[in-house]
Amino acid sequence: MSLDTLTFLFIGASFALYIGIAIWARAGSTKEFYVAGGGVPPIANGMATAADWMSAASFISLAGIVSFIGRDASAYLMGWTGGYVLLAMLLAPYLRKFGKFTVPDFIGDRYYSNTARTIAVICTIIISFTYVAGQMRGVGIVFSRYLHVDINTGVIIGMAIVFFYAVLGGMKGITYTQVAQYCVLILAFMVPAIFLSVQVTGHFLPQTALGATLESGQSVLATLDALSVELGFAQYTAGSKTTVDLFFMTAALMCGTAGLPHVIVRFFTVPRVKDARVSAGWALIFIAILYTSVPGVAGFGRVNLIETVNGTAETAASGVANTGVKYEDIPEWFSRWENTGLIKWEDKNNDGVVFYSKTDANELTVNRDIMVLANPEIAQLPAWVIALVAAGAVAAALSTAAGLLLVISTSISHDLMKKTINPNITDKQELLYARGAAVVAILVAGYFGVNPPGFVAQVVALAFGLAACSVFPAILMGIFSKRMNTQGAVAGMVVGIVSTMAYIVYFKFMGGTKDEMWFGISPEGFGTVGMILNFIVAKVVSSMTAEPPVEIQQIVEDIRIPRGAGAAQSH
Amino acid sequence: MSMTKENAQAYWGENLRIIITYMAIWFVVSFGCGVLFVDALDQIQFFGFPLGFWFAQQGSIFVFVALIWAYVSSMNKLDEKYDVHE
Repeated sequence: MSLDTLTFLFIGASFALYIGIAIWARAGSTKEFYVAGGGVPPIANGMATAADWMSAASFISLAGIVSFIGRDASAYLMGWTGGYVLLAMLLAPYLRKFGKFTVPDFIGDRYYSNTARTIAVICTIIISFTYVAGQMRGVGIVFSRYLHVDINTGVIIGMAIVFFYAVLGGMKGITYTQVAQYCVLILAFMVPAIFLSVQVTGHFLPQTALGATLESGQSVLATLDALSVELGFAQYTAGSKTTVDLFFMTAALMCGTAGLPHVIVRFFTVPRVKDARVSAGWALIFIAILYTSVPGVAGFGRVNLIETVNGTAETAASGVANTGVKYEDIPEWFSRWENTGLIKWEDKNNDGVVFYSKTDANELTVNRDIMVLANPEIAQLPAWVIALVAAGAVAAALSTAAGLLLVISTSISHDLMKKTINPNITDKQELLYARGAAVVAILVAGYFGVNPPGFVAQVVALAFGLAACSVFPAILMGIFSKRMNTQGAVAGMVVGIVSTMAYIVYFKFMGGTKDEMWFGISPEGFGTVGMILNFIVAKVVSSMTAEPPVEIQQIVEDIRIPRGAGAAQSH
Repeated sequence: MSMTKENAQAYWGENLRIIITYMAIWFVVSFGCGVLFVDALDQIQFFGFPLGFWFAQQGSIFVFVALIWAYVSSMNKLDEKYDVHE
């Protein structure tokens, strides 16, 4: 069977599965639409959370980033997993006990203020749209690369599938589809990862193989360090970011992860407080399977790439390792990916030899995403593995897109329509608004997928920064400080958001230079500063204003005790 | 809620102690070993990895997983002790 037929079969079969699940899990009430009726078993919720969380960025881009920047990428690996510890211990159990549907629900009720609710709604919508645009684009790119359709056609196919199960099934449909999508994506990531680590080191697990000793007697990492230095790159296991910057970036990514509305809302779907803790544990196990394999995939991929392009003693044109290989001696995958533009070769010295380095002699431009997308081909794995990777990438993008779209539609129908504008609508009308809002959200996301704003990569910093400086501290203080009141929370959020946005916009869009950064903190890390400002301002303002009413203090005491979560579901 | 005020306070106090203990470990493995002391730890070799690099890219993630499950088990015991489990 040809690669195209196989890819078509794999993606087609996975779509049939998702649609089947959507029909089986239709939502009949707002409770089913928003939180899957609150009856999802913790292990299923853990899988759904993992699929929800791991987007096209985790699946396609993360290994590439690690591969090309080495130790500096640690901030992403630690930040995007460590946030789950914060979620499990500081947020999820209490929010589950609180027992409402959304993040703005908690912020609005706990701070007895529609201003606070509206700020939370705006943050939620900005964070989710920022994120979803990238996912739709990801689906389109995978389709165009593997099935040779136009990127826009790919985006539209993706929209149609998400439309079907998100609008019909709501959270219930999304949850069970995400369970299936997790299985597809983890298989698609691990199969090539294991193949690759066996090939390079003879070890089965990518987690341990990175430290394995090669035939040369050196470990993979030492080899990589030596190769990198020889070619003028920074040493792989040493960082170029300052400790301060790495510290703030890691913290911002961790707190941002814990504050992302589409992740938090997943913990509303389990039956008990205990299950919220357990499902955070499952979620992180399922995420860690992929994340701890990433450094291996990144390392082997980099060694493979350098050795293929620059050559070993046997393959190099000059017979000396690491000096370049004749173009016609390079395997076929190279020219195939040249066609997509992910790899570019420019024969500067016209010697017909390809050479890759950090110096002026470099003739190669490599897109980071190639580490995952082309890895199976570089390692010459069977065609079905390549088809599987395509299905996995689509699963990763679609599962995250669906979770985000649900959060957007819930914010509009529940937080804006029901709670702010017209509290008298019936459950049925609210459900109709929710489905309508989901349709609009999909269309808007699709629009951004077809016409991507040039700044998608930059705005990801914005999504995490915003979550870290507004949503995360507001929820945290709402649980752990009985004394925190409306004035404090609102002032804190406003200061946090304004300072973080101003810093990010200045450095990402207005051409701020590196020397102007405060203590060398990059925009990705500034969310941490915004968060600290939020805490300080909230504390000072709340201590100068009246304490919250008795019934609010009662709510805070109540969410600290697990028993009785099942009863507190409806609104 | 049948719980007395003193009991509720004692439960919350123990809960906070558990959280602080685990968060301290969380901080030490990620921000400590992975960021602040990474260069010093890199002098030590650990199964072919410089130790600091290993903590920053893999070790901290394993510890995070272990921490959440330890927390789950501690909290289950605490909930039973104060009879607030479901």
